Amino acid sequence: MITINSLTKRYGDSRNGHLAVDDVTFTAETGRITGFLGPNGAGKSTTMRVMVGLTRPTSGTALIDGRSFAELPNPGLEVGVLLDASAQHAGRTGREILAIAQRTMGLPRRRVDEMLRHVGLTENEAERRVRNYSLGMRQRLGIAAALIGDPGVLILDEPANGLDPAGIRWMRDMLRGYADRGGTVLLSSHLLHEIEVVADDIVVIGNGRIVAQGSKDELLAAAGTLVRAADLTALSTALSDAGVSSSAVDGGLRTDAEPAHVGDIALRAGVALTELRSADGAGLEEMFLELTAASQRDLKEGIAA
Amino acid sequence: MSASTLERPATATPVVRAGIPTSRLVGVELQKMFDTRSGFWLVTGGGIASLVATIATILFAPHSELGYGAFAGAIGAPLSVILPILGVLGVTSEWSQRTGLSTFTMVPHRARVIGAKAAAVLTVGLGSIALALAIGALGNVVGSTLVGVPIRWDIPVTQVLQIFLADGLGMLMGFTLGVLIRNSPGAIVGYFVYALVLPAILGTLAGVQDWFAHAQGWIDFQYSSTRLYDDGLTVTDWAHLGVSGLIWLVIPLAIGLRLLMRSEVK
Repeated sequence: MITINSLTKRYGDSRNGHLAVDDVTFTAETGRITGFLGPNGAGKSTTMRVMVGLTRPTSGTALIDGRSFAELPNPGLEVGVLLDASAQHAGRTGREILAIAQRTMGLPRRRVDEMLRHVGLTENEAERRVRNYSLGMRQRLGIAAALIGDPGVLILDEPANGLDPAGIRWMRDMLRGYADRGGTVLLSSHLLHEIEVVADDIVVIGNGRIVAQGSKDELLAAAGTLVRAADLTALSTALSDAGVSSSAVDGGLRTDAEPAHVGDIALRAGVALTELRSADGAGLEEMFLELTAASQRDLKEGIAA
Repeated sequence: MSASTLERPATATPVVRAGIPTSRLVGVELQKMFDTRSGFWLVTGGGIASLVATIATILFAPHSELGYGAFAGAIGAPLSVILPILGVLGVTSEWSQRTGLSTFTMVPHRARVIGAKAAAVLTVGLGSIALALAIGALGNVVGSTLVGVPIRWDIPVTQVLQIFLADGLGMLMGFTLGVLIRNSPGAIVGYFVYALVLPAILGTLAGVQDWFAHAQGWIDFQYSSTRLYDDGLTVTDWAHLGVSGLIWLVIPLAIGLRLLMRSEVK
């Protein structure tokens, strides 16, 4: 289990500094896959680096099974970490990189071959220097290095990047099996779909702050109702008269009220509906799009200034 | 929120674990020095350079000067360039190649990793010097026999030890710059500025300023460690070495280590 408590990371001084991670609190539960979702630059990677002791937090704690990362006597046996598959010496072969991990953790030599087979790197590929690897091969090698110590916790930053569809499928199945056997998985992505298909729990981060968290089912259920009508203004007025708040979503309205209730209001106001349904994942997607748009706005302002 | 009483993946090992012994860390660091092309060729290059220097001494040195001193001197020159670079790269590759991301997550104690690196670098360095001196000794025996002059062992053992010390200090200087700068090209350039540019500037300064000529031994580490290649060092020479070493080696290393401990690994 990973427990993040009031984690804050500020770069620069307290007045002009930049808050990369702002009072983040969440838990990645044992036996579940927790998806860490956010646009690029939202603070996912910084949070993950703090978890494994590469970055000092300004305040707050990150604990793995109740202990800080530095307290783990041989961390590789307890936490598998893949932060950046490209962060390897380009002049080493895949096998050499795994051999360094195997030796540091004090594992038998045969683990290297087992892991190469497990992630589907051939004998020939293993003898090639990493400089000649595709991003997908680097990700597989990174996964192998993370799993070599047979850890109970996995921390993976954007592991699906660069994988082909078959590779993504393999990764999903591998993580599912791992969590079902009681492992804890925290994986980040900037793609909602990627997280939606694999995660049990979702933590959404934007501009360094947690903006939503919960089980995937909860977050999807909280999406509310999507309704469309030819006369949107009349519909909007009718809803607000009935005390139901709504927001405009491309050519329709989204509200937290039940579809039946919305239909009832429309009938009484005499507004003809063209569509009325549960919003499925639309709420999450919409929230995520807003987040992405907001951070892009920030970026533009930053460039202008 | 349940505590971690749930089962780990079926294959996971028990919760009580042994730490990582330092000897293993030094072994891993040695492995890392040799398993890349740059590391391999740097060490192999040192061996080849010693061989070339030995042969050149046999071919070109005047017969009257042929002796172990000539061989040791000829071999020392290329090694004094190669070893500090080995010291630099031992540290900087973790940042320049970004392997630190893996290294410092597998061992989240940077002081231990850097200590293991220092041990590995010194092991390789002193091993190379020993090997080079052995090649030189062989060259002395073979060369003198070929040329037909008596085999002369014309430098005392203390001076051989001083050569070890001087080369070791040169390596540590490279290592210090590596810790301080944490970037391969930057630290190598830094070392050559220290080893080639600075002596020229300070030498000129000593030539025009009397007070500096007197103080140079205390201030200029390069100057005072070069004395190690001569024999008959006085107590003052050793004191010079100690004080200038404190300024150039100990203090920068301490500052560099402190920064390195706190820095962010990206």
